[in-house]
Order: sequence, then C-alpha cells, then structure tokens
Amino acid sequence: MAETFLFNALREAIDEEMGRDETVFVLGEDVGHYGGSYKVTKDLYQKYGELRVLDTPIAENSFTGMAIGAAMTGLRPIIEGMNMGFLLLAFNQIANNAGMLRYTSGGNYKIPMVIRGPGGVGRQLGAEHSQRLEAYFQAVPGLKIVACSTPYNAKGLLKSAIRDDNPVLFFEHVLLYNLKEDLPNHEYLVPIDRAEIVRSGKDVTLLTYSRMRHHVMQAVKTLEKDGFDPEVIDLISLKPIDFETIGASIQKTHRVIVVEECMRTAGIAAEIIASINDRCFDELDAPVLRLSSQDIPTPYNGKLESFTIVQPKQIVEAVKKMMALQV
Amino acid sequence: MVQERTLPMFQAASAQISAEEGLRLFEDMVLGRYFEDRCAEMYYRGKMFGFVHLYNGQEAVSSGVIKSLRPDDYVCSTYRDHVHALSAGVPARNVMAELFGKETGCSRGRGGSMHLFSSEHNFLGGFAFIGEGIPVALGAAFQSKYRRDALGQNDADQVAACFFGDGTTNNGQFFECLNMAALWKLPIIFVVENNKWAIGMAHERSTSQPEIYRKAGVFGIPGVEVDGMDVLAVHAAAQTAIARARAGEGPTLIECLTYRFRGHSLADPDEMRSKEEKQAWQARDPLSKFEAYLLEQKLAGEPELKAIKQKIQDTVDEAVKFAEESPDPSPDELHRYVFAEE
Repeated sequence: MAETFLFNALREAIDEEMGRDETVFVLGEDVGHYGGSYKVTKDLYQKYGELRVLDTPIAENSFTGMAIGAAMTGLRPIIEGMNMGFLLLAFNQIANNAGMLRYTSGGNYKIPMVIRGPGGVGRQLGAEHSQRLEAYFQAVPGLKIVACSTPYNAKGLLKSAIRDDNPVLFFEHVLLYNLKEDLPNHEYLVPIDRAEIVRSGKDVTLLTYSRMRHHVMQAVKTLEKDGFDPEVIDLISLKPIDFETIGASIQKTHRVIVVEECMRTAGIAAEIIASINDRCFDELDAPVLRLSSQDIPTPYNGKLESFTIVQPKQIVEAVKKMMALQV
Repeated sequence: MVQERTLPMFQAASAQISAEEGLRLFEDMVLGRYFEDRCAEMYYRGKMFGFVHLYNGQEAVSSGVIKSLRPDDYVCSTYRDHVHALSAGVPARNVMAELFGKETGCSRGRGGSMHLFSSEHNFLGGFAFIGEGIPVALGAAFQSKYRRDALGQNDADQVAACFFGDGTTNNGQFFECLNMAALWKLPIIFVVENNKWAIGMAHERSTSQPEIYRKAGVFGIPGVEVDGMDVLAVHAAAQTAIARARAGEGPTLIECLTYRFRGHSLADPDEMRSKEEKQAWQARDPLSKFEAYLLEQKLAGEPELKAIKQKIQDTVDEAVKFAEESPDPSPDELHRYVFAEE
C-alpha cells in the first residue's frame, strides 16, 4: 500500500497502460514538457517520447478530430482537456464524430478514445472555468461518461476507460486532485459501468457523483449522529446509468435524493429521476428530490459561488425533510 | 463575359502516361460520371432521399489524386463523397445500396449519402459538416507517422489524402490542421476542390485571398495550383505530393480549379451561377477532354473506350439492381452500432 494523491493515481494509470499497450498515447495542451496543468502526465514524455506524449497547439476541435482519426486507424488516444470547459470548442468533433461515427458508419469503425480532464466548480475560477459538461454531453449517443471521485477509483476507472473500445468522457474534479489514499501495490481495474455503494443504509438512497460525493459524506456524518441511516451511491458512470444498482437500493429505501454539481435544468438528476419514475415508481414512498447547482453562470465572488453549488447542510435538511414525510 | 483566374499551364504531352494508366484513369472518371447521373435519376424517382450532392464536373480531381495512391493509403471526404468512395475502391453496388438506405450499403444503411464509410478500403468517411474531416484525415496521417517513428514500424508509410472545397478554407479547422501537419511533417495531402461556389456564396465574396494555394506558404507547406479539369495535371501534382509525404517530408496543399456541373445538391435550384459561367466550364468537361487526349495520343482507340463505357454502364445498372433487391436494415438492429460490441 502506498499513499497516493489523486493526480498521481491518474498518472500511474496512464503510465501503466502506456507501458502495457504501445498504441496508447496522450495528447493535449501542455501535457508533455509542462507535465499537464495538474501534473497528471508529469515527466511521461521523457519515458515515452514526444510523439506518445504529444504537446498540441491550442486547437481543441482539430486535435480532438485528429485523435478520432488516430483511433479510427488503430491507436488509442487519451486527450487531456486542460480544463474540460475548453472542450466546448471541440463539441462538434466529440458529438458528431466521436459519438456518432461508429453508428453512421454501420460499425465500420470503432473509436477507442478517452477524453479526460478537470471539470466542476473550483475556487473562484469564474464561470467559463467552472463548467460541468457532463450535463451537456449526456444526450450525445455513442459516448460513455465517467466521473471519478477518489484516488482508488480514479486509477482503476481510468485504466478501464483506456481499454474500452468506445469514446469515454472521463471527468475529474478540479478540487479533488490532492485527495490522498492508500492504493494497492498490485494492478487493479474498476469497471466503468458500475455504480459504487459508498455506504449501505436503509432510510434513503443518496445518489451522487464526483466532488458531491464528499459533500454527501460530510452530511452523512451529521445524519448518523441524528440517528439516520442513509445509503450513499456514487454513480461513477453518468452514461449509461447503472440502474441495476440504483433499483436494488430503491427497493430497500423507497426514497431517493440526487445530489449533483451540474445545473438543475436538463442535468444528470433530471434524466435519472425520469428513468426512476419509468422503472420503479411504485417502489417510491416520496417524490424523488434533486439538489443541484443553480441555473446561473458560476459567479466569481466566493460567497455567491458557495450559494451556487449544493452544500452539506442542504443535504442534511433535505434528508430530514424527506424522512419526516408520513406515508 | 465570365471572369476567371488564369489557369495554370500543364504540358500534357510531357506527362508520359502509359496506355494502361490512361485507361485506368478514364474508367474511374466514367464510373464517377455515370454513377452520379444515375443517382440524379434515382433521386427524382424517389429511390433516395435527403441531401444528395453530386460530383459531376470534378471527376479529374478524384481520379487524378486517388488513383495515384496505394490501396493502403487513406482517403477522407466531405458530403460530396460518392465519387471519392468509388475511386478509393468501394464497390458501386455498396455505395448505391447505401444511398437506397439498404443493409448492404457500405454504412449498412445507417449513414446515407453524406456518411459513406469503408474501413476495408481505408475510406475514412464522408463528413457532412464543413471542415470536420480534415482533422480526422490528419489523425490517420499522424497514426502513420506514429507507427513509423514511435513504434519503429518501417513499412508504415501510408499517406492520407484529404478532400474539401473552397468554402472550407475559411474555416478554422483548415488552418489549425495545416499548422499541425507542417509542424509534425505529417504524410497528408490537402486537396482543395475549388469549384468557385459554396452553395450560393461566390468564393471571391467569402475570402480575402481567393488564391487558396497561397495560404499554404505561410505554414511552410508547398501550395500547388492545378487545372482541376485536367486529370493528367492533377495526377502529376498528386504524384509529387504523395512521394513527398511518403518520404517523410510533410504535407502538400493542391488547389484544383474545378467546377460542379450541377447545383450544390439536388435540392438546390442553382439560381446564383450565370448561364455563361456554366457554359464556359461545361466546355472544359474533364471527361471529354481526357477522352480526346487518349485518342489523339493513340493511347486508346474508339472501340476500347466504348467498351469501357459499356462496362461501366453495366456496373451502374447492376449497382441499381443490387440496391433495389437488397433488404432494409432490420428494425431489430435499430440500436446496433451505437457502441462497439464486446
């Protein structure tokens, strides 16, 4: 066991996969000499050379398209989005080509590709650097969307994403890179299509992902003291959603609250709630609730920013309110 | 009076192609022409739908470039992709079946006219939006360099030919990819089919420098201006560019001055282009021109050319029959191909 920062867990995943498969390569802005804006690819270019850790010009749409062309012809690119928000500039390539091309080609081509990088609301980074693109991209067919939340799952999930034959959007969180955890010394993979039961409980199912997992766990500490027994599930896969795990939990708790960092409108929770209503409405003892970010551009001011995203206190209140409902 | 750029001179006599090569080019051009004429007929008869962009008039470009490539090289196209696919070796029956939306189509009926693909022929696709194919072609070229330089595969010398029109050269992806191709000396050929019109937007009205080949220079890329109605001129320029790319010396931009004989798509009323302009270019029909050249140079006789035309006519007839008789994709497979299967 070795205590590892999340950014280093990701680096280990890339290093191991590049060592294992010579068709795996990294490209993006400042991934080479600079080592990545969060040091996820630090010094890898010295080990693997400048073609396999390729510093690109600032041309998101084109280097994303280039990665797609490389994936279509047999390589396995990992794109680092310096900030995932920059990928809005590559929306066309990600949606039309990474997402849809396998289908429109009738299966002629597959696109094994990972697009990874920091997303989420940081500390006063301003609106454009505080995006949660998982909500924007979830409607694109053909994409898988994964969000990691701990050093352990970050490493195992990224390794699985790199080995997947489909395009995977892999969201890290700008405020989680310095989380530390003891990681196994042996190699391990974490499946990218399974939700993780973080805490078993019987009262209410709290569905969350990425940094909000940690807000939820903070809230759980308070709730435990007050005698509640919530179940916490980290979605991990935002597309497709693991309804098997969610459904089993609902059969136990009959109550659901989704806690997300994306905006409320057309967010991840919106889709999950609609699907829960389709699949297991009869199991529910209360309407499913969502705690989401406000539908506003993230403000710069620290106080306003904290009001924009969900805080642990709100989660505690929401659980208590839901548990107080008589059925 | 039609104002035109002075076309670059090309001494066809010095091209010295063999009869075999000449007939190969001729056959490919005839295939492109006859196939597209039949598409127009089938569209008006309600056999194919959507936006269908025909290639008539530009055949010298597709044949001149793609027939200079090896089968393991890559071809990347646009929404006007039928003839590029044919030149790349995708069988006419599979292209026609795709346009009919059939399971036997090269994209299994999921793609349609603007989304033709064939991995078997290294045909990277029809790309329906402007400019999006350029980075994809760049990626194929990068892959070739990666295999050679990073993985030490000495036989990895495949070249990517990337086609696009004059309108695309005002798009950012064009410039971004010229930059990266030059920066990393990638084995790619940028083939601009300058047919003067981006639907209804005249080229001179959309760009500050209408001579597109000059735009290569600022990236340190050779830019070549070619008479795109002369298959031998295109062929010669392509050969030079391919040799350069294969040798690891980097990309070339070839601007082919050409013209489409039909509207932008079969849905375009084609009201912007003057009759005089159309007539002036029609008089330079690349197919008639090359046919006359083959006869003049005694590289082929009338009966031989007639036999080729008949053969292609039969190929296209058979393609239509095959497409008509092929089954639709099964509704049971509506969701197939969204993801790669395990």
